[in-house]
Amino acid sequence: MPPITPPKTFHKTAPAGKPPAASEATDTTLTAPPLDTLYTVETPESVALPLRPASILPRIMAFTVDFLIRALIFFLSYLGLRWTGEMGWGLLLITYFMLEWFYPVYFEVRRDGMTPGKKLLGLRVVHDDGTPVSLGGSLLRNLLRAADFLPVGYAAGVVAATCNREFKRLGDLVAGTLVIYELPAPPAPALNCTGKRPVPADFSTDEQKALLAFAERSDQLSEDRQRELAGVLQPLLNTPDPVLAIRQMANSLVGQR
Amino acid sequence: MKQQQFEQRYSADWQAFQQLLEALEQPATPLQGRDYEQFGRLYRRICHFQSLARERRYSSHLVDRLEQLVLRGHRQLYQHRRGMRFGMLRFLLIEFPRLVREQQRYFWLSSLLLYGPALLFFAAVIWQPDLLYSLLPPAQVDRFERMYNPDNAVFGAAREAATNLYMFGYYIENNISVAFRTFGFGLLLGVGSMVILLFNGLLLGGVAGHLSNVGYYHTFFPFVIGHGSFELTAIVIAGAAGLKLGYSLLAPGNLSRIESLKRAGQVAVRLIYGVVFMLVIAAFIEAFWSADASLPVWIKYTIGTGLWLLVILWLTRSGRPRRGGGYGN
Repeated sequence: MPPITPPKTFHKTAPAGKPPAASEATDTTLTAPPLDTLYTVETPESVALPLRPASILPRIMAFTVDFLIRALIFFLSYLGLRWTGEMGWGLLLITYFMLEWFYPVYFEVRRDGMTPGKKLLGLRVVHDDGTPVSLGGSLLRNLLRAADFLPVGYAAGVVAATCNREFKRLGDLVAGTLVIYELPAPPAPALNCTGKRPVPADFSTDEQKALLAFAERSDQLSEDRQRELAGVLQPLLNTPDPVLAIRQMANSLVGQR
Repeated sequence: MKQQQFEQRYSADWQAFQQLLEALEQPATPLQGRDYEQFGRLYRRICHFQSLARERRYSSHLVDRLEQLVLRGHRQLYQHRRGMRFGMLRFLLIEFPRLVREQQRYFWLSSLLLYGPALLFFAAVIWQPDLLYSLLPPAQVDRFERMYNPDNAVFGAAREAATNLYMFGYYIENNISVAFRTFGFGLLLGVGSMVILLFNGLLLGGVAGHLSNVGYYHTFFPFVIGHGSFELTAIVIAGAAGLKLGYSLLAPGNLSRIESLKRAGQVAVRLIYGVVFMLVIAAFIEAFWSADASLPVWIKYTIGTGLWLLVILWLTRSGRPRRGGGYGN
């Protein structure tokens, strides 16, 4: 009798004698490079510093805020100077010039890379190596706004920013600068349950880390969602309350008593 | 070691480091001498803790927290401080003239692009006055004529100080913005800078030719010669900086285009420091000296020539090493 050659999909659905490749699959998804725009800089101390480049939208919003502030300053100086005749007009022109070109430079150099608008949006300008932006870098990236503006309304800058992973506009490319998110301090973790539970021995370190991350962040999720996520492990854990089980495993991972 | 043990044992270190950082991050740091001794030691320890925490797969909250400390420490420890390191005077007297000489290829190309069209169009307008109207609308030509009309009351006597200040503001805003754009548009493979240089050259030559035709040269040339030395040279240098950017993008050599651009940018921005300085001086001269028509023409020509010589000597001679080894100015 000729041997039956099953269709190729057969192997996948019914692995004979082989345990499900579940842990392998989760391994690859956990260790693959994350699908985000994280930009890491290696410091001389061999620490990989993670920088999070800010995309176009928050930057446009920061620009708008700065623009309004500049307009307000200009308007106030107009009110103050319009009684002083031609001398006032001269000073007003100088004010306009300084606001147009040096307002961002001043704040980026003197206020740790943050103009008021960027501060509001939680953004910061740094050099490619994560160091604070210098006078030269700041001046360069701001002078080249002239090129980014072309042909109209910063179109060139927006196109350039969408063409690289770090959202750099032309000025950033030349000056070697980067606009990153200034993250607030992470919220305190919520390992607020008692009891310990041993972690199954065949959990990889990444899987252990996933348990820990779940326990830390579960307070930010609704209870239904917590149960749904924890339920994924139900076949392995065999417990009435997988959420509690995972939290207890996390306790034993960090060594909480 | 379990995570909590690790935290209990070492958290004193990172709390101390955090306090140090908070003090350093204030605009006027209250730290003095001895406080800094801690910094290096603690920073290296925090870096080490962060690597350990990551390697041992401690919770992401702990790793993130240490990461933030490393990031803030890194920001305090490593900083770019370039440019005006030796003070403004040293930069202007030594570094800037050297830089211009170093980049003279671009300087000469930029000069050619400004003065070439200026001379040609000047000659052309002298020969065929109507040619000017191919560049400027008649209304604007009229405005130039009125500005330099010798019978004009504004030009007959010294202007009021208030007017001078208004013109100073105008020249600062207008001229420096033009210079910045001349530089910035250089990013378009240099074409942007070329267009601005060419257009300004044509404008200069055309207006000079036209005013010569109508016989206003006694007001126009004495006016222009004074500040022209600083203003035109500054525009040429801004153009040179823009051309350098464009060329670095076109012909990056062995570097990647981005890297080549970055290096060109570092040089160009230092040229721009000098350009700003020159244009502020030019605006002063233009507003408070050039416009003063009460002085005899020969004085204006003499001083104007003197200023040109000053600029030329400054850019060609200043900052060359003396034979004895020191630096002359």
